Amino acid sequence: MKPAPFAYAKARSLDHAIALLNGTPEAKILAGGQSLIPTLNMRLSAPALLVDINDLTELGRIARRNGQIEFGALVRHAQAEHSSEVGQLAPLLAAALPHIAHPAIRNRGTVGGSIALADPAAELPACLLALDGEIDLAGPSGQRTVAAEAFFKGLFETALTEGEILTAIRIPAAQSQDRFGFAELARRHGDYALVGLAAAARTPRDGSRTIRLAYFGVGATPIRARRAETALAGGDLDGAVAALVHDLDPDDDLHASAAAKHHLAGVLLRRVAGQLGERAA
Amino acid sequence: MSDRIDVAFTVNGEDVRAQVEPRQNLVDFLREELQLTGSHVGCEHGVCGACTVRVDGAIVRGCLLLAVQCDGRRVETIEGVSDSGDIADLQAAFCERNALQCGFCTPGMLLTAQDLLTRGNGAPSRETIRLHLSGNYCRCTGYHAIIDVVEEVALARTRQAR
Repeated sequence: MKPAPFAYAKARSLDHAIALLNGTPEAKILAGGQSLIPTLNMRLSAPALLVDINDLTELGRIARRNGQIEFGALVRHAQAEHSSEVGQLAPLLAAALPHIAHPAIRNRGTVGGSIALADPAAELPACLLALDGEIDLAGPSGQRTVAAEAFFKGLFETALTEGEILTAIRIPAAQSQDRFGFAELARRHGDYALVGLAAAARTPRDGSRTIRLAYFGVGATPIRARRAETALAGGDLDGAVAALVHDLDPDDDLHASAAAKHHLAGVLLRRVAGQLGERAA
Repeated sequence: MSDRIDVAFTVNGEDVRAQVEPRQNLVDFLREELQLTGSHVGCEHGVCGACTVRVDGAIVRGCLLLAVQCDGRRVETIEGVSDSGDIADLQAAFCERNALQCGFCTPGMLLTAQDLLTRGNGAPSRETIRLHLSGNYCRCTGYHAIIDVVEEVALARTRQAR
């Protein structure tokens, strides 16, 4: 199919983008477009105006500051994937990025777009949750920062309010003792995950070990498996796998039943535990 | 609301000026306005890879980019890349090894394979080739011949470069 007609405007600055977005009802931001344009082509959405932010080069940078690594919203998936800084300071993202669609799509798709859309089967929202990251938003009434934990609210529903633009995300830069794990199962490499898991194990100076397990593809949002986290932090891998029954409540979908997803979540947990260096008890 | 917009960009090295409807995607523009029908329209939602073209040297989905977004850019299609001779060895090997049958996926396969082969990390493994081509559907060949060809050309080019 072909999209319904819409108007198009190129934003010259962030303020201009916010003004355009708020000046027309049913306006949408066009960043990478790799999820938006399919919905236009299928006429699943029909915005009145697309506000193209691709010229806002200031949103396209990866920067390290204050122990964090910041990704401007327009950083392309491929740009992050091939950045040596990301490989070093954000190894979880480096592991996840090659699973996002395919090279031609990663050349256009953006980090900010993946987070703002919040597809429940997408990799980056789960990574951001596992890493306890934060998200910068800008709107007509100024800027604010939201923790990943509070950002993903429901199916394709986030803390973004109407008229706001996601401008950047930040995650803590990896420390030498941190360990990360990532695994997903998809019908074809690059397709949306049937089930996926992003995990971070950190040992702060006081020696207390924290493990965060963020599943994707098993609910309306990325989901922390908190009981499994506790069990795994105590060295009980079997207990962690068993706890997933209580942590996750996936629905049947076209590709897998809820029971199959539960099973696969356990398979992924065992794989990821190995990557985190957790020994099987 | 959907007034046409002036755009100017190059396609295969030639200047193109046009007034486009914002909703027209790049591959439709190339096929319908410029009669460059080598880029194919398959799924129209980024899954099949038949519409792969290059913009500013990077492969993209022609169905997931609007023509109006290409203002000021450098677009290359299979026609231009064929004429350049850059992929003559790939094309000959595709024929030689029966890596195409109906040919619908072939332009996208060729551009995606060439993208991998110009990354300059030596000859890629079969696994790397499979991952790189994972976004390009072929419904005829079963992929093995395509992987064979890309591997063969990668090795041949690496030998030549020595």
